Parts: sequence; C-alpha cells; structure tokens
Amino acid sequence: MTSLRNDAARLGAEGVTVGYADRVVLDNLDVSIPTGVITTVIGPNGCGKSTLLRTLSRLLKPRQGTVLLDGHDIAKLKTRDVAKRMGLLPQTPIAPEGLTVADLVARGRHPHQSWVRQWSSDDAGIVAKALRMTGVADLAHRPVDSLSGGQRQRVWISMTLAQGTDLLLLDEPTTYLDLAHAIDVIDLVDDLHEGGCTVVMVLHDLNLAVRYSDNLIVMKDGSVVAQGHPSDVITSDLLLDTFGLQAKVIDDPVSERPLIVPIGRTHVTSKVSLS
Amino acid sequence: MEQRGQAPAPAAASPRRLPGLAVLVVLLAVTAVLSLVVGARSLSPAEVWQGLFGDPGTDQRLTEITLIVQTLRVPRTVLAIVAGLALGVAGALIQGHTRNPIADTGLLGVNAGASFAVVLAVSVLGLQNPVHYLWFAFAGAAGAGVLVFGLSSLGRGAGNPLTLALAGQGVTVFLAAMTTAVALSGKQTLDVLRYWNAGSVQGAGWDVIGVTAVFVAAGLVVALVNLPAINLLNLGDDVARGLGVNIAAGRTTGVVAVTLLAGAATAACGPIAFLGLMVAHIARWITGPDYRFLVPYAGLLGALVLLAGDIAGRLVVRPAELAAGIVISLIGAPFFAALVRLGKFRQA
Amino acid sequence: MSTAELHAGVRVGGWSWVWRPWIVLVTLVLAALTFLVFCVSISVGDFTVELPAVIRTIFGQGERVDEFVIMDLRMPRALVGLIVGAALGISGALTQSIARNPLASPDVLGITGGASATAVFLVTATGGAAITSAVGLPAAALTGGLLTGLLVYFLAWRRGVDGFRLILIGISVSAVMQALTTWLLVLADIRDVARAQSWLVGSLDSRSWTEVWTTLWVTVALVLVVLMTSFQFRPMHFGDDVAAGLGVRYSAVRAVLLLCAVLLAGVAVSAAGPVPFVALVAPQITMRLLRTPVPPLIASGLFGALLLIGSDLIARTVLPNDLPVGIVTAIIGGPFLVYLLVRQNVKRVAP
Repeated sequence: MTSLRNDAARLGAEGVTVGYADRVVLDNLDVSIPTGVITTVIGPNGCGKSTLLRTLSRLLKPRQGTVLLDGHDIAKLKTRDVAKRMGLLPQTPIAPEGLTVADLVARGRHPHQSWVRQWSSDDAGIVAKALRMTGVADLAHRPVDSLSGGQRQRVWISMTLAQGTDLLLLDEPTTYLDLAHAIDVIDLVDDLHEGGCTVVMVLHDLNLAVRYSDNLIVMKDGSVVAQGHPSDVITSDLLLDTFGLQAKVIDDPVSERPLIVPIGRTHVTSKVSLS
Repeated sequence: MEQRGQAPAPAAASPRRLPGLAVLVVLLAVTAVLSLVVGARSLSPAEVWQGLFGDPGTDQRLTEITLIVQTLRVPRTVLAIVAGLALGVAGALIQGHTRNPIADTGLLGVNAGASFAVVLAVSVLGLQNPVHYLWFAFAGAAGAGVLVFGLSSLGRGAGNPLTLALAGQGVTVFLAAMTTAVALSGKQTLDVLRYWNAGSVQGAGWDVIGVTAVFVAAGLVVALVNLPAINLLNLGDDVARGLGVNIAAGRTTGVVAVTLLAGAATAACGPIAFLGLMVAHIARWITGPDYRFLVPYAGLLGALVLLAGDIAGRLVVRPAELAAGIVISLIGAPFFAALVRLGKFRQA
Repeated sequence: MSTAELHAGVRVGGWSWVWRPWIVLVTLVLAALTFLVFCVSISVGDFTVELPAVIRTIFGQGERVDEFVIMDLRMPRALVGLIVGAALGISGALTQSIARNPLASPDVLGITGGASATAVFLVTATGGAAITSAVGLPAAALTGGLLTGLLVYFLAWRRGVDGFRLILIGISVSAVMQALTTWLLVLADIRDVARAQSWLVGSLDSRSWTEVWTTLWVTVALVLVVLMTSFQFRPMHFGDDVAAGLGVRYSAVRAVLLLCAVLLAGVAVSAAGPVPFVALVAPQITMRLLRTPVPPLIASGLFGALLLIGSDLIARTVLPNDLPVGIVTAIIGGPFLVYLLVRQNVKRVAP
C-alpha cells in the first residue's frame, strides 16, 4: 500500500483501532482517501463504515493509531483548524423549529468567526454564493422544517459549502430520500467535486455508489476487503463474499459503469448465469 | 437462525409466577405480624396475641397492651396494606397505560392536588376531622392526576416520557404555591398541612380506613377487569383495534381504576411518591410484561414495601417516628435514579 | 441572490455583527419597560413617592426625605428583584437550550430542592435567627444548592451528559430533597414553619443592600461569561456532531454553560428563595416575542427581571395580606405552562 504521506491523500488512517464500550469495530485499519475524487465507503450493515467516517472526521477517538489530515495528526490539531479544512454532514442533523435557510447556511461560517466578528462582508458573500451553488437561493427566508427532504439535504450541503473547505465528509446523505431526490443530491455532490472538492461518502445504495464514485472502499466486519475504481472492484464474487448477495454485474446502459442486478429466489428466469 | 432475546414462552414462565404470588402473600403476613410487634414499645408475639384477643379486665399492663395493639398498631398495619396495595396497582396501571416507564402518582401531580384540596377544606370550610377532608383530598388527587395526564398526552411531546414528568412537575409547583398561599392564612391550616404532607399511615381512625378500603376495593375490581385490555393496548393502538379492542373503553376503565386507587390512598395517607414506580418495575422484572400477573405482583409488593417503610420509620429514630411517605421517598428516589443511570429509560 | 438580500451587518473596523432590527427594537422596549416597572415598584408602598421624584433620586438628584425611603427601604428590594429575575431568566434560557426541551427549567437540575432543604434546615435548627441574618441563610442555601447540582451532574454523567438523563436524575434528587424538607417541617416549631413556608414559595421581603451586593457582582460576572461563551454554543443547536464539525468543543462549552446556569439559579434561590416559573416562562415568551428559533439570552434576562418586579408589585398592591411574590409568578406561570402543553398539540395538528 502506498505511503499515506504522499500528496495524493489528504485524509487517511494508519493502524486505527476504534471501538465502543465493550466491542472493537475497527481493528488496526489502514485507509487512504485520495484527493480530488469521490470516495464512497460501502459494506453490509454493521461493517463499520459509519464508524470509519466518524473516526476520520474526529467524532470518534481511536484507541490506537492515527488519523492524518494534510499530513498532521488530527488529534493534535485544534478543533477550529480541523473545521476550516474539513466539512462534515452527519446522518441526522437537527434544525431548531423556525430556523430559516439563510440562518442555517450562515452558521457554516462559524469556524471563521469569533465573538466580535460574527458577520463580516466576506461571510455574507460566501453564504450567498453557497446558496446559489446548491440552488436554494430563493428559499433563503423559508423555515428549514417547511422544506421537503431533498431540499433540506441541499440546504445542509449548502452549509458545509459555506464552511469553505474543499474536503467534504457525508454520512448517508441520501437515506430517507426518494430516488429522484437522491439522484438530485448526489448530482449536486458531483458538481462540488468537479469544482475541486474531495468527497468521502457513506452510502448504502450500491448502484448509486458505483455510478458516482471514482474510488470505492468496500468493508466487511471492520476491515477493508477491497479498494479501487468501481469497474475494478465490483464483481459477483465480491458481492457474494461481502454482502451475501447473489447478483449479476452488467454494463450500465446509461453510464460507463457497472450495474448490479440482484438475483433472488423467485421471479428470475430459469437460466441465469453468474458471470 | 436462532432468535435471541425473546421472552420465555408463557407456559414456561407461569409455573414460577403463581407460586411467587403465594410467597408474597406469606411474606406480607409475616411483615404484618412484625408491624404489630415493632414500635416505640416492643411487644412480644404472645403479648400481641393477648392484645388482639384477650380480655384485659382490670390488668393495667394488659389494658395498655390492648390499647397499643388495637388502636395504634392494627389500624396502621391495615391501612399500610390497603394503601400499599392501591398504590402498587395504580402505579402498574399508569405505566401500562401511558407506556411511560417513569410514570408515578407523585410525578403526576396527584399528591399536590390532594394537598391543595385539603388545605382548602381546612381553611375555607373549617373542616377538622380527617374523615371529612378525606373527600376533598380524593377529589383533588383525582382532578390533578387527570389534568396532568390529559395535558401531557395531547401534545406533540406525547410520546416522550419527559413531557409527562415535566408537566407533572409544573402542575405540582403551581398547586404547591397555591397551597402555600392558602396555608399562610392561618396557623391551624399550616399545622395540618405540614403533617399531611408527610404521607403517613399512622393516626387514621377506623372510619377513615373503612371508607378508604371501600374505594380501594372498587378500584381493584375495575383494575382486574382492565388487565387483559392493557396487554393488548400495549401492542399499539392500531394493532389493538385490529384485534377488536375498544380503545376508548379500555383507557377510560384504566383512568377510573387509577383515580379510585390513587385518590383513595392519597386521601387517607397523604402524599406518597415513588412507591408505584418502584414496585411496578420490580414486578415487571419478576413477571415480564404480562399485565395479568404484573399488576397483582405490583399490588402485593406495594403493600409489602409500604408496610416495611412504616416499620423502618418506627425504628430509625426511635422513640420518635419517621413518616412512611418520607422513608419511601428516601428509598424510591435513589432507586429511580439508579434505573436512570442503568439506561432503563430510553427516549421515545 | 445578492448579499444585500441576506441579513445586513453592523460593521465597525474588523468587528461585525448581524443586524436584526426587530430583535434590537423589542429588546430596547423590554429594557425600557423594565426600568419603568422598576421605578413604579419603588414609588408604590405605604408612602407613595411620585414617579419623577423616584427617577431624580435614582440619579442622585433627589430630596433628603425621599432618599431615605427609597435608598434604604425600597431600592434594595427592587434591585434584588431585578437581579434575581434576570439571573432566573438567563438560567432558564440556558437550561432549555442545553436540554433542547421547552419545558425544562433549572428547578429540575436539583439546585432548588437542595437550596430549599438547606434553608429550611437552618431556619428550623436555629429558630428565626437565620432568616434575619442576611448573609448566613443565602450563603448556606447557595452552598446546599450547588452541592446538590454537582451531585445531579455526576450522577447523570456517563461518558458525557445527556439532557434526558440529567432531567430525570434531577427530578429524583429533588424528590429526595423534598422528602427531607417535609420531614424538617414536621419536626419544627410552628412559628418557624410559617417563616420557612414563606421562604419556600419565593419572597422578596426584607431584602437589604447586603443581598444586592452579594448577588450583583456574581450575576454580572456570570452573565459576562455566558455572553462570551454563548457564541460557541450556537452550532450546538444542530446536534453535537454538526457542532463538532463546525469546530466547537461541545463538551467543554456545555459544561461551562451548565455550570453558569446552575450558579445563576443558585444565586437567585439563595437571595429570594425558589421563585417558581420565572425561569420557565421568560425564555419561552421572549422566544416568541423576538421570533427566534431558540431562547434568546439577553431578552430572557430582561423579561425575567420585568416579570419578577412586576409580580412583586402585584403581590404588594393587588393581593390581600402581603403574599410572597412566588404566589403571583405561580398564578401567571401555571396557566402559561398549560398553554405550552396544549399549543404543542395545535402545532402537530396543523399541516
């Protein structure tokens, strides 16, 4: 495995062991997040993908090992400095009732503000730009809780944009969204990546992960079982071993990526080969 | 695939549960005897027997003993059992109906309502005899309980156990202030209030006990009728409806039972908090979530704990006494805190 | 959309704040109202002093005879009301923000129960002497309250503090304190019971300049700490994870603010007894007045002061036989609590 301290990786973990009170979830794990691409972590339930993301974002402290951000040990950096370099969108963020979109997005400027500098003209400009980029500018004065699920996710992403980082971590950003809105949100994430962001996501929808990522990290039982481009990584054997899923991998007619077609017990034609 | 974490099949559990009830009854009887024996002046079981059934004639010592046993010890023992039964069953019912693990008569404002009503009766109407202001206490307890329960089940916070606790606390604080306002108007009232507040099974006459017993009996009957419905209601309103349960009737019966039981017990003894909560949880730990067994266990445990609390109160500061209600709070509140720490109460 | 359509800013050199005209306006109006009620409270009593004379005296221009009545008798009481009300209002705003629950108030954190038990203990153990000692009783009550608050915090601590657990443990510790208080009242002499009962419902009677000075500096210091730390608290309304992502050390911030809430409530209780509902009502009402999504700090303090002094005024003038101020705040607060509970229902039913 290439050294983590090369230029291609802004974020990585070296020998991290992470656990909760009585059990260990990640054991001596090494992982490297390449710069400028979309990396998605996938795996069956309980494999530790959320734990990995939370460890990389400093929400969890590893018992052993180091997480490196831009070559520094993340545990030794000040929280504000980390926030200026890395944006995070956790699974279920709360928005107080009645809070407007503009106010929520503006909160993203927090790491750059202080008690006496709460709303500089830079802040105002960046927030306006973030609202435009995610297409929620005309919703600016509406309360967040009156928006649809898809719109709300855009607003939260807008907040992480306002934070002004080019490293973005998203924990299951499309859960609870219907397919149309999920595609919408991930297209937006892709736009940001095109603009230069490094993105790390946890997704549970395999086909979405395969289509939109340049780098897949496949996990099982707390270890990385495969890493690389979806076309290289996704095979029927991998799906069977890792997910216990019988599936056929074909070429996606819409994009130049693989498409996973699950094979169940019923409703399949009698002659199906797994190649 | 093996299913872990499932409750044991009912057939396997019930052989343990029925004998368990019998054990509790025996324990209760033993404790009752203890209650007759223990006090500022200890009596031997033989003396108790004489006090109960013997004819003292002119024997000074025997007359004293008969007096102690018959006018002091027996009434308080009986009241402790009756009130403990009532509060234990009420506590289990409240938890069953609200599906709220921290529901308790003390938290529901029942106690504050009773105190307020008593204070009104004493100061405004000049009632002195407990058997008179008993009725007011009953009405106050019932009214406050229904109010808090109703208010907290209305809102969006209805599923959250905290809403009930905070609503109860708010109503309690309000009623306590009103009670003080009235009580400060006269020394007499203040005196009655402070003794009333200390939740005691001591000092009630047979007239009070008699009335209380009638209400508690009625409440127990209603509660028994309600038990099968609670099991079904606990599966969720939709599922219960699908199984043919009349939800409104089930809930109303429950509220009536709780009002009769908690109201009567509070009216007779004064405010006793945490008893229902404690024994409902202990009972559940023994019997599992089947309310047909949980409630009887809770009742017997309630009687046992209240009686034990009363006995303890007689012993710790001998020859003075610590009211049973205070003893129960001093045990019950830490018990509750321990449960919270162990994570037994999860947010809805 | 242009930056002009977002909030305007107040910018001075490198310093900047968001300009929210409505909030500034309402806060100024609240301040003015509070000052007005403060003056009226001083002017009213057995011997009425005209309002203009009150204002003159406050600014040091008054006549000798007015000065005595005002400065020695009335002003301390009004000032204690002001400070205690502000402390309660801010403490309530903090508690509700930390617990993320509109029904929470510092009473549930156990401080009030602990302070009450200690105060009643002193009153009943020493006879009336403790009440007249202006330093002894408040100091003891404060200590008792703080120790209880600490106990609640440590009992609720389990790899961090969770609002839910904190409130439940606070309620149970308060119940124990309540039981102890009840027992003490049973044991006490009946004359002491009346005094204790009056203290227990919250009262501003016989408050003197000693109480003013002891509470003023502590409250001012705490309020400053709160204001400076509250900036760090704002992302925490989005949950701990988002807050961490935005660079907030949420455990430390929460601990500091909780400590301030406890201390403010403790100071308030030690000076005036456990005045009910001010800490619950002030943040909820100002939140609605200012139309903010979370309880506002300064406005809650102002409204708390207004509520307390106003209630004291009502207690002294409208109500019969000089009832303590706590009765009035309860009469106002109780129905408001009902309204809060019912209104949560209305919100759910609306589409």
